[in-house]
Amino acid sequence: MATTTRSKPLVELEAATVRFCGDSGDGMQLAGTQLTNTSALAGNDIATFPDFPAEIRAPRGTKAGVSGFQIRFASSEIFTPGDSVDALVAMNPAALTTNLVDLVPGGILIVNKDAFDEKGMAQAGYVTNPLEDGSLDGYQLFPVEMTKLTRLAVEGLGLGTKESDRCRNFYAMGLVFWLYDRSLEPTHRYIDAKFGKMPAVAEANRRALHAGYNYGETTDAMASQFKVEKAELEPGLYRNITGNQALAWGLVAAAQRSGCELFLGSYPITPASDILHELVRHKAFGVRTFQAEDEIAAVTSAIGAAFGGAMGVTTSSGPGIALKGEAIGLAVMTELPLIVINVQRGGPSTGLPTKTEQADLLQAMFGRNGECPLPVVAANSPADCFYAAFDAWRIAVKHMTPVMLLTDGYIANGAEPWKVPDVDALPRFEVKHPQANGDEPFRPYARDEWLARPWAIPGTPGLMHRIGGLEKQDITGNVNYEPGNHEHMVNLRARKVALVADDIPLQEVDGPASGKLLVISWGGTYGACRTGVRQARKRGADVAHTHLRFLNPFPKNLGDILRSYDKVLVPELNRGQLRMLLRAEFLVDAIGLNKIQGKPFAVREVLEKIEQVLQS
Amino acid sequence: MSTETALPVLTPGDFASDQEVRWCPGCGDYSILAQMKKVLPEIGVAPENTVFVSGIGCSSRFPYYVNTYGIHSIHGRAPAVASGLKIARPELSVWVITGDGDALSIGGNHLMHCIRRNLNLNIILFNNRIYGLTKGQYSPTSLLGQVTKSTPGGAIDNPLHPLSVAIGCEATFVARSIDVNIKHLSATLKRAAQHVGTSFVEVYQNCNVFNDGAFEYATGRDVKADRTLELEHGKPLIFGKNRDKGIRLNGMTPEVVELGKGISEDDLLFHDERAPEPTLAYLLSRMSYPEFPEPIGVFRDIDKPRYEEVLSSQIDAAKQRSKGDLKSLFESGETWTVS
Repeated sequence: MATTTRSKPLVELEAATVRFCGDSGDGMQLAGTQLTNTSALAGNDIATFPDFPAEIRAPRGTKAGVSGFQIRFASSEIFTPGDSVDALVAMNPAALTTNLVDLVPGGILIVNKDAFDEKGMAQAGYVTNPLEDGSLDGYQLFPVEMTKLTRLAVEGLGLGTKESDRCRNFYAMGLVFWLYDRSLEPTHRYIDAKFGKMPAVAEANRRALHAGYNYGETTDAMASQFKVEKAELEPGLYRNITGNQALAWGLVAAAQRSGCELFLGSYPITPASDILHELVRHKAFGVRTFQAEDEIAAVTSAIGAAFGGAMGVTTSSGPGIALKGEAIGLAVMTELPLIVINVQRGGPSTGLPTKTEQADLLQAMFGRNGECPLPVVAANSPADCFYAAFDAWRIAVKHMTPVMLLTDGYIANGAEPWKVPDVDALPRFEVKHPQANGDEPFRPYARDEWLARPWAIPGTPGLMHRIGGLEKQDITGNVNYEPGNHEHMVNLRARKVALVADDIPLQEVDGPASGKLLVISWGGTYGACRTGVRQARKRGADVAHTHLRFLNPFPKNLGDILRSYDKVLVPELNRGQLRMLLRAEFLVDAIGLNKIQGKPFAVREVLEKIEQVLQS
Repeated sequence: MSTETALPVLTPGDFASDQEVRWCPGCGDYSILAQMKKVLPEIGVAPENTVFVSGIGCSSRFPYYVNTYGIHSIHGRAPAVASGLKIARPELSVWVITGDGDALSIGGNHLMHCIRRNLNLNIILFNNRIYGLTKGQYSPTSLLGQVTKSTPGGAIDNPLHPLSVAIGCEATFVARSIDVNIKHLSATLKRAAQHVGTSFVEVYQNCNVFNDGAFEYATGRDVKADRTLELEHGKPLIFGKNRDKGIRLNGMTPEVVELGKGISEDDLLFHDERAPEPTLAYLLSRMSYPEFPEPIGVFRDIDKPRYEEVLSSQIDAAKQRSKGDLKSLFESGETWTVS
């Protein structure tokens, strides 16, 4: 292994942020994933931010086609993939021009020099060659002839030019692995597993990887290596996990712990499709996935499955949720358990399919006809998606209601280390399907202490009943149009959802229990807000943070918490949707920090806003 | 199913619910309900193992009137609701009750995909060529020129032929019957129930309020024998009060011929409901009044794999390979220990 001898000094860092960027066909997501896994295996805490274009293959070399993958690895606990980048790898001029803005002054800039030909530079809008005109003097620039050196490395394996060039991402990986003193071992294992059946390709990738590594080691270009030590994580077994994978596993686990079979009705949509891809692999758990003909069939098939006693789930993103609205109302009316997952993306309409946003909160709350309340749960990080799925399922079956589970593109595609839970310690849910009680008539809309109705399923003798979207008579469930009954049922359904507040934990606060400023956030902004608030406190600010898992109903103590601070700041990746709810519910004069750029918050944006609010 | 053989003999009364039937007096739906309640005990599935799923429209009130499990869902979506239910619970007997607007307009997409997946369920489409529940707008099966509340100058879009649609989706069982032809209707429903795979049945149904007499051409005592043709597997296509007319193929085109005068039964088109290709069934589905007698009966009845069965076998195979252990799932792939 090349790592045994070291010819250059090793500089220790607490954390580093690296971004690979290039054409969407350049394999940047793979390069980032490999560095992620390698760093996780090395014991770092990690956070990642894959960022790719909506077009699968935009014209080569154009700015529209630039794909990036950012990873932060650290020897301390981190909550975000970093505001800015310490090392940027740009595979072409378009990638350089679109990503340079995020590189710290004096940062490491590795570029594929061979891509800076006239055509490439023209596509990126460069009039002069930035590698030569002095415009990059503020960075540590390393122009590397990656195309040429990769071709040389794989020479003799019988690969064509196109195939040889496909190994360039491994060359770039090798160089970065050397720079941060990472082991090549995990990537070797990956190559074996992925290309084992294509020995020439496997060997080419191995050679490119080593060539990149050796370039760092042997050329004079790079003066030193960096080292990020292991993080102090809670003892246990860890793995790397993305939000969509964690969500899928949470559903599988929740189904098993409740003794239900999992049915997923889904229609492909970015950025939610990976949940379908993951769940389809778990047939051994009895998971039944159904790729429906459209979003409406996806949710209605899940409702049909729930009527049959399965755990009905549907996954989508904002545009799909809009289509599902009427059917979600049917689930509210028929009071069947159902989980509707919205992996939020930039809207409205098709919007920004691959970019993150939090602008579907009000849709989750109110996006249906009639008085149509349902519990809303939000995940706050990739690994947290696992537990959010559990919460959603527990509420759905115990309270006999559809539940909206919100994640977003940022945490869905992002990855972080996940401490593998003890399976026996995972919560168990008792799911009861009633049996007939002698000749006593069955009352499908009778209620328990949570106002939940019985989940009687087909196949049970004596409990035959019909349900549907027409207004129900209380207790009997018969169709009923009486004015008084309708008002009673509307209020009853609202009360049922409100009662969930008695079944969720009280809201907790990170920081002082009262004071000048409370930052309140929800969903995928957890990392940036938690880090920003803690940094502000370190600088002496009187500020606390609370992050909501349950958005409907709110935890019972939330009003008291909000009233314990002089000011309330609500950072959101929308125009102020939680803020509107908090103002309406608690009459609190909350201040917003709003960003609608398809990108997550940078920690410094939260920090600056906190300081600004405290000074005003 | 073994449990069903032990059941006491069921009667239509066992399938009657306690709900007041609220269709207009004289509606063709009453007849279909009566025949369904007659057929259900005969097919030997217990009420608790039977589910009726419907969408929105007059016909979709049907589930309330049978004492089985039932979902009166939302407009057009019954095939999707039923698909999810059947996939989750393959052992249940699932019926979809729908209408021409529900199935072919707002729910056209679900109908098409439900049929092509060939789930083992029965779709009964009540075709009255009108929107009844919303009081009289034209439907996707309304005829060209039909004057309705929303087409005072006559409908100007070409109607869909429900059976042609189903056959285009390669339905494995396709049949047609008529509300007032109760013997034929009950026999057809029974055949549909017996078919393993998606059964699609169109029932001509009179809406005596908004489109009264729409099918009189096919039901009138004096004319029905000349204007309908009862299909029988393996038999020549013969019709007419005196059974003296038949259908002959002239190239790819059917034509009406009179028997005798040099034309014998052997010259006629013979019905083959088991033809693997849907060509013949499609051709029959295109025959309509007044050029042709309209065929009733089973157009097509073939065997193809059922979606839910194949899925279940994939699941069984996966369970054979590994037993769905959460711990091994969580610990699969690359992991590391922090001590």
